[in-house]
Amino acid sequence: MRLASIAAGLLALAGPVMADEKPVLTVYTYDSFVSDWGPGPAVEAAFEETCGCDLKFVGTGDGAALLARLRLEGARTDADVVLGLDTNLTHQAAETGLFAPHGVEVPDLDLPIAWDDPLFLPYDWGYFAFVYDKTRVTDVPHSFPELAESDLRIVIEDPRSSTPGLGLLLWVKTAYGDDAERIWQGLADNIVTVTKGWSEAYGMFLDGEADMVLSYTTSPAYHLIAEEDDSKAAAAFDEGHYMQVEVAGKVAGTDQPALADAFLEFMLSDRFQSIIPTTNWMYPARVPADGLPKGFETLVKPSRALLLPADKAAAVRDQALGEWLAALSR
Amino acid sequence: MARRPVALGATVIAGAAAAALVLALTVGTLAAVALRAEFSRGLGPAEWAAIRFTLWQATLSALLSTVLAVPVARALARRHFPGRALLVTLLGAPFILPVIVAVLGIVAVFGRGGWVNAALSAVGLGPVSIYGLPGVLLAHVFFNLPLATRLVLQGWLGIPAERFRLAAALGFGPADIARHIERPMLRAVLPGAFAVIFLICMTSFAVVLALGGGPRATTIELAIYQAFRFDFDLGKAALLATIQFALCVAAAGAARFVTVPEAAGPGLDRPRELYLHGRLRAAADALWITLSAVFLLAPLAAVVLRGAPAIAALPHPVWAAAGRSVVVSVPSAFLSVGLGLAMAAAIARLGRRRGAAVLEGIGYLSVAASPLVIGTGLFILIFPIADPARLALAVTAVVNAVMSLPFVLRALVPELRRIEADHGRLADSLGMHGWARYRLLILLRARRALGFGLGLAAALSMGDLGVIALFADPEGATLPLQIYRLMASYRMADAAGAALLLLALSLSAFWLFDRGGRLGADA
Repeated sequence: MRLASIAAGLLALAGPVMADEKPVLTVYTYDSFVSDWGPGPAVEAAFEETCGCDLKFVGTGDGAALLARLRLEGARTDADVVLGLDTNLTHQAAETGLFAPHGVEVPDLDLPIAWDDPLFLPYDWGYFAFVYDKTRVTDVPHSFPELAESDLRIVIEDPRSSTPGLGLLLWVKTAYGDDAERIWQGLADNIVTVTKGWSEAYGMFLDGEADMVLSYTTSPAYHLIAEEDDSKAAAAFDEGHYMQVEVAGKVAGTDQPALADAFLEFMLSDRFQSIIPTTNWMYPARVPADGLPKGFETLVKPSRALLLPADKAAAVRDQALGEWLAALSR
Repeated sequence: MARRPVALGATVIAGAAAAALVLALTVGTLAAVALRAEFSRGLGPAEWAAIRFTLWQATLSALLSTVLAVPVARALARRHFPGRALLVTLLGAPFILPVIVAVLGIVAVFGRGGWVNAALSAVGLGPVSIYGLPGVLLAHVFFNLPLATRLVLQGWLGIPAERFRLAAALGFGPADIARHIERPMLRAVLPGAFAVIFLICMTSFAVVLALGGGPRATTIELAIYQAFRFDFDLGKAALLATIQFALCVAAAGAARFVTVPEAAGPGLDRPRELYLHGRLRAAADALWITLSAVFLLAPLAAVVLRGAPAIAALPHPVWAAAGRSVVVSVPSAFLSVGLGLAMAAAIARLGRRRGAAVLEGIGYLSVAASPLVIGTGLFILIFPIADPARLALAVTAVVNAVMSLPFVLRALVPELRRIEADHGRLADSLGMHGWARYRLLILLRARRALGFGLGLAAALSMGDLGVIALFADPEGATLPLQIYRLMASYRMADAAGAALLLLALSLSAFWLFDRGGRLGADA
């Protein structure tokens, strides 16, 4: 069995066997979307059932790496659709001029905010939150100042190398404005360490290195549904929670405009949306007819949703980073 | 000097060709990035702080690693005990671990909730926090002490037996042996080891950030990362990468300046037995071996314990990725050693000429190169002419080969210099040039170093994420990338199992080649 899969891996080295003449729709996305454990394989199978095409995913790092790659490729890009940017990146993405209006009649979305971006369509979203283990943390903080005053130890991600890290930066900035630096100074002694990416941070948290980790309100759903472990929970903060809205857009220079449109329509269909919750562990942008998977109803629901418009997020980023660096570099 | 001008030609041309490939992948990719830059904000105070911190932590890390390596290597060189060969192989493991795996291993032992603090609290002490500069140094010594130990150990084992016999016949005490035999060897070996480790630590970033406790621990590599993805300032990224290269050239030059080649005459190339008696010395050696073994093996044990429950039931894609990683690592190792051999032979042939220094400096370059800049530069170069995903594994093999080259060179250059010094004149007088010289002299004599180089390159290639993350298509993941993918989808237990599989594969590759090189060489 293992030998067979190793052999399959080796065969794949020999190069793909391309015999059919189907049109190819190339979708650029982030790496964890295309992985065997992400939404990619199921999405590909479902779309190819009806499109009469070959859906080809190309995965690159995370959302920010995806945007950097697109900028490197410029107008020569092979991408027809780009999926996996978030609203903290869409302003810069729009400025590249590489995207065309999506042209989709937007159905009723289940987002806590109104959606009117002409270029990008959301496919999933989540709230950033501090996740903890209920068996170890009993005195749960309900705001950043409470967290700062507690003895709780947290692991966070670096905003310079991680999209959740950037999300936290904008969360504090949106909630506290000019007081953001003071909040960070208060948090400084709670921070065990800052990691390059989400994986290191979450791994360290699960190993007991910290009491809380910056992740999503949906993270406990993974443990509940996939591991039947209900010990993880996300702390609800009174300031409200900053959102991550993940979007896709059509590349203006696509040679498959009809297929790209069909894919964006498909993206908001029940087929696609029902794959999202238990592979990407985020909320679907449009809850499918069957509703959310069992277990999602146990998740904490923030009282307020925070999100900066894309242009504001881009404008405030550098200043927020400067405050973060100043507060944590002492 | 008019010494032995014959047959410099082919050897030096081969070495120069290998160096050209290294230059293309390092300086060439940097140039590709720089040429794509549209604007640059230049360096601000944050970048200068990053440069200062990088130099400071790299210097301390390299100093600690090389200083600690001396007693450990000496103890390993003069003690023979059951399981010694296995221990030497295992001690090499930290160096070839993927960073993310090693960090979790270190944290499991030395972290807030780790074994050390558990033991301390059991006796009413602690807790001890490693986050900050101590954590960075701890991790860098963990990664690099094995490399330093191997390089110094090779130096010790390379001392001809005749010198020790002569010393015994002359009634030398330990102090005399140290002064006349060991110290000259160390002066020849340590500067190079220091320089290599300094450069490794200079480009380190994920581990520095995770154990450095926050943005105080910002290195140049993180600044490059930020320039790419946060600011998309390719000019700044290229500038920072240029600074890394400049520091590399300076470090290599400084190492060469303080290196004193061994002056003692050639030996008869016979195996040597080095048993020093004295109970106190034996106890000290035992202590050094035990301490280093515990320090290096405990985090590995944590990796094994974390991964063992999941390894039997790993999902298919992980095994497929393991197959790809093995297939990439073998040609990558041979390419690396092929390049290393060509360059080392040319360096040895050129002797004290300036060309040798230039070649050696180029050989170091890839260790100071930013993997992100190499990957991006290659991407810029390849994208207009071919689908990067089609070339992903081939590009990964070539890049990994060049990334391993500095370590291969560290093993080969001293060996080939010695061969040239001991046998070069005889070979010249017999008219052994070109391929015959390789076949009859170099390949045979340098077998131990070649095996070590192949093993190291194969293991490094297996464990390195390399450029695959920028190039891979969904079905083309290597094992390290698959570990990241498992972690990114919350599957930490499977990721730990895959990490153990990677550790086992890397160590096996290293062991097979290393043993292969030593077959017959010890007899």
